[in-house]
Amino acid sequence: MPAAQAISAAARRVPLWLVWSAGLAPVPWLIWQAATGGLGVEPLEALEHRLGELGLQLLIASLAVTPLRRHLGVNLMRFRRALGLLAFTYVALHLAVWLALDVQTLARAGEDILKRPYITVGMAAFVLLLPLAATSTDRAVRRLGARWRQLHRLAYPAAVLGGLHYVLLAKGLQLAPLAYLAAILALLAARLRWPAARRA
Amino acid sequence: ALAGRGQAAEGPEGLEPNTWEEITTYNNFYEFGTDKADPARHADAMTIEPWSVRIDGLVERPGDYALEDILSRMTIEERIYRFRCVEAWSRVVPWNGFELADLLEVAGVRPAARYVAFETYLDRSEMPGTRLPVLDWPYVEGLRLDEAMHPLTIMATGIYGRDLPPQNGAPLRLVVPWKYGFKSIKSVVRITLTESEPPTAWNKANPREYGFYSNVNPEVDHPRWSQATERRIGAGIFASREPTLMFNGYAEEVADLYAGMDLTENF
Repeated sequence: MPAAQAISAAARRVPLWLVWSAGLAPVPWLIWQAATGGLGVEPLEALEHRLGELGLQLLIASLAVTPLRRHLGVNLMRFRRALGLLAFTYVALHLAVWLALDVQTLARAGEDILKRPYITVGMAAFVLLLPLAATSTDRAVRRLGARWRQLHRLAYPAAVLGGLHYVLLAKGLQLAPLAYLAAILALLAARLRWPAARRA
Repeated sequence: ALAGRGQAAEGPEGLEPNTWEEITTYNNFYEFGTDKADPARHADAMTIEPWSVRIDGLVERPGDYALEDILSRMTIEERIYRFRCVEAWSRVVPWNGFELADLLEVAGVRPAARYVAFETYLDRSEMPGTRLPVLDWPYVEGLRLDEAMHPLTIMATGIYGRDLPPQNGAPLRLVVPWKYGFKSIKSVVRITLTESEPPTAWNKANPREYGFYSNVNPEVDHPRWSQATERRIGAGIFASREPTLMFNGYAEEVADLYAGMDLTENF
C-alpha cells in the first residue's frame, strides 16, 4: 500500500516535540479563552467539557495506532506514548477542574463519586489510567518486560468507561457521546483476532 | 398567600437580573441542537410571524387565536424571576409578559378541566435538532390547572422590554418560576385544557428522572446529580455554588398548592 508507506514515512519525519506542542496547545488557548470571555457566559462548563472531550479524543487516537498498523499498514507507533500521556493529561485536568471549580468541596466530590454512576464510571477510568501514566518511561518498560504489555491493556477498560461516562451524563438521546463510545468499541473490536473468520 | 399581584410581580427582593447576553447565548432549546450555543446560532430560522395559538379542549371558546389579538387584550408587565434549570444552573430574568390565567379566561375554562397541556412549534426544516430523536417531537408540557392559574405563572413575550429572541422561545412562552426550566415550554402553538394529566416531553423520555411536577426542590436530587446547589450563570469560573431554594425561592407563594403531597413521590 503506497499511501500507507507514504504516511508512515512522513510520520517518521515529524519530531516528537511537535506532537507534544500541538497536543498541549489547547491548554494555554483554553486558559486565554476562559479569561477573555471566549468560552461564553458559563465558561466553567465549557472548560470542563472541552478538557473531557480532548481526553477522550486523544485516548481514541492512541487506541487507533495498533489497528492502523495491523490493518492498514500505517505505522504511527512512535507517537503512541505521547498520545496516551496527552490523553491522561487532559483527563487529569478535566478531573481537577471538576473538583476545584465545579463541585468545590471534597465532601461533595466524594458523595458524587459514590452516588452518581456517571461520576463513578469516570473516576474509575481515571484510576485505571494512573498506573499507565506512572509506567510510561523507558525504564519502566524495560523493568516490567512482558508485564508492561499486560498492564497497559488497562487502557481498553479505561477507554470504555470514559466513553460510557460521556453517554451517561447526556440528557436525552444525543449523538456525540454515542459516536465516541462507538469509536472506542470499534477500535477495541479491531484488535480482536477472529478465530472463526480465519478458519473460514 | 399573596399580598397582592403587584408585589408578587417583583418576586423575592434583591434579585439582580443577568445581562441580555447571559440570558440569550446559553440556552436549552433542543429543537435547534443540544449545545447551549446552538439555539442562538440556529433559532433565527424559526418563522415567528404570523403566529397563532390554538386553544382547545375543555374551553368555552376554542379556536386559533392570533398573537396580535391575544396581545391587544393582555396587559404586559415586567416580572423579575429566578430561573433554575434542572441541570443545576440558574439565572435571573426580567421577563415581560402577562398572566396565563388572563389568557385562559379569554378562552373560558370549562368546569371539567383539571390540567393544561402545551405544545411547542415544530417545523423540521427550520429546526436542525429535530433530525435526531433526542426527544419525541413536538415538545409538550403540562401543568395542573391551579398551577396554570397561579398569578406567578406567566406567558412571556419579552426580556428587558425587547421582543423575546427566538432562542428564548419567541414569540410566546410559558414561565413557571418555581419549577425547573424545562417546564417553561417555549414557542407555544397550542394550549389544551384536559381532564387528565397530559404527557410531558422529558417525562416521556425518562420518567425516572423527570416527573410531571418538577418543582425546584433542593432535597430531591436528580438521579444523576445533586439539586442542593446551583451555579449562577455569569458569576465566573471561580464563583462558589449557591444553595438552591425550595420552590426556587417562591415557597411562600406556591407551597400551598402542594399541601399534603409527598414531594419525593411527586417529583
